[in-house]
Amino acid sequence: MQEFLSTVILLLSSTLRLSVPLILCGLAGLFSERSGLWDIGLEGKMLFAAFAAAAAAYQFDSAWVGLFFAILVAVLLSLIHGFASVTHQGNQIISGVAINFISSGLTVLLAVGWFAMGGRTPQLQPEARFPTVVLPFVEEMRSVPVIGPIYADLISGYNILLYVAFAAVPITWWVFQQTRFGLRLRAVGENPAAVDTAGISVDWLRYRALLCGAVLCGIAGAYLSVAQSAGFVREMSAGKGYMALAALIFAKWRPVPVLFACLLFGFLEALSIRFQAFDFGLGAALSTQIVQSLPYLLTVVLLAGFMGRAIPPKAGGIPYTKDR
Amino acid sequence: MQAEISSAKNVLELTGINKSFGSVVANKDVNLAVKAGSIHGIVGENGAGKSTLMSILYGFYQADTGAIRVDGREVGIPDSRAAIAHGIGMVHQHFKLVENFTVLENIILGAEEGAFLPSSRRKARLELQRLAKEYELQVDLEAITENLPVGVQQRVEILKALYRQARILILDEPTGVLTPSEADHLFRILRRLRDEGKSVILITHKLREIMDATDTVSVMRRGELIATAPTSSMTKESLAELMVGRRVLLRVDKSPSKPGEVVFDIRGLNVRDQRGVRMVKDVSFSVRAGEIVGIAGVAGNGQTELLEALAGNCVPESGTVLLNDAEIAADPFKRREAGVAHVPEDRHAIGLILSFPLRENASLGYHRRPEFGTSPMLKRSKLQQYAQAYISDYDIRPPNADLRTSLFSGGNQQKIVLAREIEHDPAVLLVGQPTRGVDIGAIEFIHRRLIELRDQNKAILLVSVELDEIRALSDRILVMFDGAIVGEASPDASERELGLLMAGIAEQDQGRG
Repeated sequence: MQEFLSTVILLLSSTLRLSVPLILCGLAGLFSERSGLWDIGLEGKMLFAAFAAAAAAYQFDSAWVGLFFAILVAVLLSLIHGFASVTHQGNQIISGVAINFISSGLTVLLAVGWFAMGGRTPQLQPEARFPTVVLPFVEEMRSVPVIGPIYADLISGYNILLYVAFAAVPITWWVFQQTRFGLRLRAVGENPAAVDTAGISVDWLRYRALLCGAVLCGIAGAYLSVAQSAGFVREMSAGKGYMALAALIFAKWRPVPVLFACLLFGFLEALSIRFQAFDFGLGAALSTQIVQSLPYLLTVVLLAGFMGRAIPPKAGGIPYTKDR
Repeated sequence: MQAEISSAKNVLELTGINKSFGSVVANKDVNLAVKAGSIHGIVGENGAGKSTLMSILYGFYQADTGAIRVDGREVGIPDSRAAIAHGIGMVHQHFKLVENFTVLENIILGAEEGAFLPSSRRKARLELQRLAKEYELQVDLEAITENLPVGVQQRVEILKALYRQARILILDEPTGVLTPSEADHLFRILRRLRDEGKSVILITHKLREIMDATDTVSVMRRGELIATAPTSSMTKESLAELMVGRRVLLRVDKSPSKPGEVVFDIRGLNVRDQRGVRMVKDVSFSVRAGEIVGIAGVAGNGQTELLEALAGNCVPESGTVLLNDAEIAADPFKRREAGVAHVPEDRHAIGLILSFPLRENASLGYHRRPEFGTSPMLKRSKLQQYAQAYISDYDIRPPNADLRTSLFSGGNQQKIVLAREIEHDPAVLLVGQPTRGVDIGAIEFIHRRLIELRDQNKAILLVSVELDEIRALSDRILVMFDGAIVGEASPDASERELGLLMAGIAEQDQGRG
């Protein structure tokens, strides 16, 4: 029983850790896509932010400076996206793909140029990473059966960014449902003409949505390189930005379902890591590959087969012109 | 004329408004004065500059020159926010509502009480209760907007403007989507608004509405405002003449029909749309040679799907379509070859390829016929020859077969489609909204051409949401409501009678009885 509980707790805490970048990216995508801007550049923004975080954290020996630069870089990339697709009404997919290419190439180029370690950044010392947060009364609680270990090992003991990610979900919900900005943001993704005729600037609103997303994306990047790992590795986002987009669609562009979709994907990934050595009788190497590909395969299956019609924001992907 | 109507004070004055888009002059030296507490109609053909003028007033465009005065004070209106601040509200032809929002959310959007919504919602509920009582504008505030009938959605738009304390309310073609009874309701609301001291500007191309609802009328033609007068001093005929610049035949001259054999026979047709909703329910009727059967109804009651199914553009769930007693497969090419020609409702989406030149559009759909060549190559000279013939027979302007189709006006585009479908000698012609977005001069031509075709013993099925058009052209009228044919009427039937059928009221009575 004790052992089973600790196995479950291990698996679930790994799920939480793995789902953080997905949640942050998914919410980032939620902001931009609900405002009517397809955001396929999430992956690239997160990757570049991860690089910026690692490089700055190394340089200044501070995780917080790393986080600041991560957000800064994500904001700049989002502004490029906004400039191309909002101000100049370009194709949002092309602009997003361009961001992904820029990030994929430039991070490695800069890493090689600055650190000469084959596209990595130097290993960060513990001081330059986000420390573990230990919640109060952990030791006192530990002796309580069931609840104790859950509190101590599943709820407490992560770095601060994980808590930020989970707090971001209800905050996003609240912003969307209970604030003026949220109302307008939801409106501009459905019918920008309604916003425009109400006397509100469509472009500025969309820029603000992009900036909100950029902050979240920056945090996701910093989490990858400064919290989860201790440095940047090339392509370390490994498609998580795309997974987050898939989760966003799976969640039908709603904040709380985004959380659950991301937890599901995180859980699948945690499972695949846990059972990496599981032998399907196909030889160890092949079995590992199968297990590792499971989360991605399941993503496809879930998206294709197990969801009803997802109705995307109606104005998504369409540049707004005052044409009448 | 100016002296007669200058007793009340002008709430709005436009002087010397000019606006050009490139080389196209949309508004030329327009002067307009609107009285407080009046309903002021503005009529004009499509492209006469009515919408541009109102867009300038609502801050969508800036005038190149000219001044706007509200209550005698000159104001600048750089954007919609400024227009709202000056008490100008607008109900657009295509509603500017967020479809998946509640009514309340749509109304407070842009007029919130601060950064957080709960207080905005509270205040708006109270204020809207008051407005609803004062102007008889009852709407369920918690309803999702897209689930409401269009007439109610329009009321939401009016409430939106009133909530922003509009004193001048502009309505752009407000009745296009309404049943006659909904339109009556709208006009009652507008009169109520006027009696409470608001000013209403009503933009329409329907002369009857101008005569029924307005106090003063202004006529626009080719960007100029050419006359303003009390409505009581005008007649429909005089307005039409001012709009077009020449005498227009509002009535279509036609002799009684001489229907022959049944040519086109539809039995038990059921059609589901892409969402799986049954849009056409068990429809059966027939069209004889030499008659025009008109299908009346408010937009969205299954006429579109019926027409698409008859043209073979979608496969019906069940039912048969017989042409001269032979069943024809549900395939647009086979239908066309069998002799069923189709002028679609939406000429931009499926009637024409706008980026192609006239020459290619003039034969599109018939291009596989042997006269255009049997090799993989099309005979360009033949295409050109057909296009030239259509241009001269249908007076298509400009007469240039190489011009991209998107550059023609709505009326000329429609003539291209009509020429193509009529001139290949069909047995049956299906026509959807033949004069939507078409100016009066072209309407006259199109109507005459359809009557001529009828007199050549062709069977014509006409679908239109313009009741006047249905009544003017049809020899028999079928009314569609909620996917079913709910009644048949003669073209002499009163508008009230047709209006009740269109609103589905007769059907409900039958259901009860």
